[in-house]
Amino acid sequence: MKSFRYADAPDAQTAVAEVARSSDAKFLGGGTNLVDLMRLEVETPTILIDVSRLPYDRIEELPDGSLRIGAAVRNSALAADRTVRQRYPVLAQALLMGASGQLRNMATVGGNLLQRTRCVYFQDVTKPCNKRHPGTGCPAREGDHRNLAILGHSEACIATHPSDMAVALAALGAIVNVHGPGGERRIPLVGFHRLPGDQPDRDTVLEHGDLITSVEVPRLAFGAHSRYRKVRDRASFAFAVVSIAAALDIKNGIVREARIAFGGVAHAPWRAARAEEALQGADPNEEVFGHAADEELAQARPLRDNAFKVDLARNLMVRTLSELKEAAS
Amino acid sequence: MSGRGTNGLGRLEGRDKVTDNAPYAAEYPSDGVLYAMPVQATIAKGTIVRVDADAARALPGVVTVMTHATAEPLAPTSDGELAVLQSSAVAYRGQIVGLVVAESLEVAREAAGLVHFDYTEEPHAAELRADDPRLYKPDHVNPAFETDTQLGDFDAAYATAPVKIDHTYRTPAEHNNPMEPHATLATWTGDRLMLYDSNQGSTTVQLVVAEVFGLRPEQVRVITRHVGGGFGQKGTPRPNVILASLAARATGRPVKLAITRQQMFAFVGYRTPTIQRVRLAADESGRLSAIAHDVVEQTSTVREFAEQTAIATRHMYAAPNRRTTHRLARLDVPTPSWMRAPGECPGMYALESAMDEMAIACGLDPIEFRIRNEPQMDPEERIPFSSRNLVACMKEGAGRFGWSGRDPRPGVRRDGRHLIGTGMAASTYPVYRRPASAVARVEAEGPYRVLINATDIGTGTRTALTIIAAEELGVPHENVQIEIGDSELPQAPLAGGSSGTASWGTAVARACQQLRAQIEEHDMAIPSAGLEARVDTTEELGSQARMARHAFGAQFAEVRVDMDSGEVRVPRLLGVFAAGRIINSTTARSQFIGAMIMGQSMALYEESVMDPRFGDYVNHDLAGYHVAACADVGHVEAHWLDEHDSNLNPMGTKGIGEIGIVGTAAAIGNAVYHATGIRVRELPIHLEKLLLVSA
Repeated sequence: MKSFRYADAPDAQTAVAEVARSSDAKFLGGGTNLVDLMRLEVETPTILIDVSRLPYDRIEELPDGSLRIGAAVRNSALAADRTVRQRYPVLAQALLMGASGQLRNMATVGGNLLQRTRCVYFQDVTKPCNKRHPGTGCPAREGDHRNLAILGHSEACIATHPSDMAVALAALGAIVNVHGPGGERRIPLVGFHRLPGDQPDRDTVLEHGDLITSVEVPRLAFGAHSRYRKVRDRASFAFAVVSIAAALDIKNGIVREARIAFGGVAHAPWRAARAEEALQGADPNEEVFGHAADEELAQARPLRDNAFKVDLARNLMVRTLSELKEAAS
Repeated sequence: MSGRGTNGLGRLEGRDKVTDNAPYAAEYPSDGVLYAMPVQATIAKGTIVRVDADAARALPGVVTVMTHATAEPLAPTSDGELAVLQSSAVAYRGQIVGLVVAESLEVAREAAGLVHFDYTEEPHAAELRADDPRLYKPDHVNPAFETDTQLGDFDAAYATAPVKIDHTYRTPAEHNNPMEPHATLATWTGDRLMLYDSNQGSTTVQLVVAEVFGLRPEQVRVITRHVGGGFGQKGTPRPNVILASLAARATGRPVKLAITRQQMFAFVGYRTPTIQRVRLAADESGRLSAIAHDVVEQTSTVREFAEQTAIATRHMYAAPNRRTTHRLARLDVPTPSWMRAPGECPGMYALESAMDEMAIACGLDPIEFRIRNEPQMDPEERIPFSSRNLVACMKEGAGRFGWSGRDPRPGVRRDGRHLIGTGMAASTYPVYRRPASAVARVEAEGPYRVLINATDIGTGTRTALTIIAAEELGVPHENVQIEIGDSELPQAPLAGGSSGTASWGTAVARACQQLRAQIEEHDMAIPSAGLEARVDTTEELGSQARMARHAFGAQFAEVRVDMDSGEVRVPRLLGVFAAGRIINSTTARSQFIGAMIMGQSMALYEESVMDPRFGDYVNHDLAGYHVAACADVGHVEAHWLDEHDSNLNPMGTKGIGEIGIVGTAAAIGNAVYHATGIRVRELPIHLEKLLLVSA
């Protein structure tokens, strides 16, 4: 671990200015991922600006019915929020399936979105990694990649994004509010995380000095009709092998709208737009769900040891949508 | 729970542990202490040609940087992994090539990353393959078993048998991962070395460290009061104790070294991966005529370690024609070593999976099949068993688990989207005992004191030995004070091979018997100078009759397999063991269920992933290397038979530290087959091996 300077930010303005001033500065939220990466020297900031005590710890309903979640809200607090549990069960479930109780008590909403991949090569500074050091190569491609991407990956990087919460937020069409050196911006969560392309070192579209201040979840009439399913190698405290966030609106025996996102399959939460399109107006049955999954997963480019994720994602989609349909009838 | 013995004495040090009054090695305070951090090789094989430690030395707080060029020469030992900083040769990736010593842990760690080595690299091999042309036959397998055995004519019997199976089972490399890392606090005073060290036997550490540094044993004192688990990985001294001692001597100050979780995957041992071919042949009635168990596994170029994987097969079942073999690949990898039930644990996974497959091939219930092949005496050594209650364990377990009436058909029990199955397997572990010495003492006033350098690695040693002493002295256990965990106490062997209670207990029992006899000679009036009995059990152990001494058990598992995801959950595990007398039911139960849960981890989660291009285990932390979490543990039951065996030791114990992990993985694998109809022969049973693609 490199030595660093630590400061508590008095307000967002100062925090952003402090970090923007130095390319070696970083914001610190709950620290559950950043501090681990600092111990490993994957991250080597010389300045840490603690933003966990900024006044972004509230969950508020906005006049248009959407929910604004402060970036400093702890994961456990968000999961326990009554409104979230009632209106967006998919979000509460995703949070509770992430990490452990202790970590959720520390981890913030902003920090959760900015988690880094758990690819073993990324986390070992003695090995090459295009995400850590662009141009050094990707040993995962021919190495340990059982739990890496099947969708949207590039020659340079096959990492997956580890968050569960972000998958639910992708399905819900959330907006990320950012306070940056140039002012405030609203960024749709779908698109907030990048696909790796030839710049795998950039996880998101954020620029240096951009501070996430809140996440807005739009009102979704059928949001209560949603669920999160996470498949993992043990019953708790494990990252998703594949996960799915889904919400289904069925009226008169026809799918009016479906919201589907996958986790554990790509460099970003994977909003399954093709599947959603295939389902719109369709008769909700297992065959149709399977067909929609196939539409989405036709884009998959699995690697030597993770082709099973394609089948798994398909199974999860069929089962989760079937369960939502059953719950609706 | 069944069985006699003093029931339910909680750990004597339990309260101290949960109130932070039981210091572990790295927690002892020390004035002026320095912190050491190892630097590891980043190549798999080659030679260091240049060291650049300028940047590290320039970091404020760095006291010294040690490498092979600067460290003092050490005397060689049989364990090459202890020859740290002695050579420019690199034998595996992650091997220790340097040591930074600094005023703080943080500075030491940062500086370790600044030491740069230039290497001449050589080609390396790090992948275990059954077809490796360089496989060789070691002279013996751990610790001193015959490498191969043969009886009758396996090939002929196998060729002509009406029913036979031939399958290959694979187990991955596994890392022990005790919660407490290997840690040492070393302090020199003149030519005397004081060590607080986390290990499974401080007499062993004392003797080896003395040898390495050219000292007399009495110049080295090792204190090991509390240990946060070892599982075999702390059975022998590890580089941490040598490095801390080297650094403390070089700097003239106390040095603390606690290795990182990542380093625990590199230079402190692990369970070798295994490739095991098992062939079984039987007649139409299900009587085995031939058994062959051929093992391929790995060792390093630093030190040979040959896991005794097939030895349990030598005594488990009757068959006139049989053979076992072990072949090693000497790879450019860290040296494998002991991990809970080395040999029996991976070996019985293969044998007991094969027995399940053979029972099915013979159309027999797996318990009935095993009963039909129960030997009357040790089938290879042709000597009697001191006691053998495998059949009784299977019957008792079957009753408790609800085995009778089990439908053998696979893949037919459904509960919603889950397939349900049950499986069983046998367990076994040898009874070992090693010489030990002990002192029992009493003064006119005060408690009875018993002194022995036993080690409590979290198992309940202190408590069990107190019970044994109190029983022999005929006093309540509150009147006995036991002192363990200090090399200045009477010499005793390490906690390993499930032999601790048998070895130490024999010495404690004999010392207490002698002390009691002395008290009786004084007509129960203890003289003012007190009384003392001092024993050494070397002679007693040497005169023991030759018999086959083993503990046995039977384990049962119920699994639920998710039809959509392939996820396996284990709602029930049940074990019944025949392990002689159980001294303390509370800590014994903890040992059994802990080992069974570790067996579940082996079946479903644990796997150290080797990237052969780099030559190291890449998933080197507890996020990447999974062990069971609390949510994975269902209803786990451990029972034991009331077994009386007078051919063991004064207590009649067989040892319980390891048998609980033997057979669990097979029982779970057999249950997974029963649930799904899919036979997985490669651990761990990850979900993709069971993924049934929905139509």
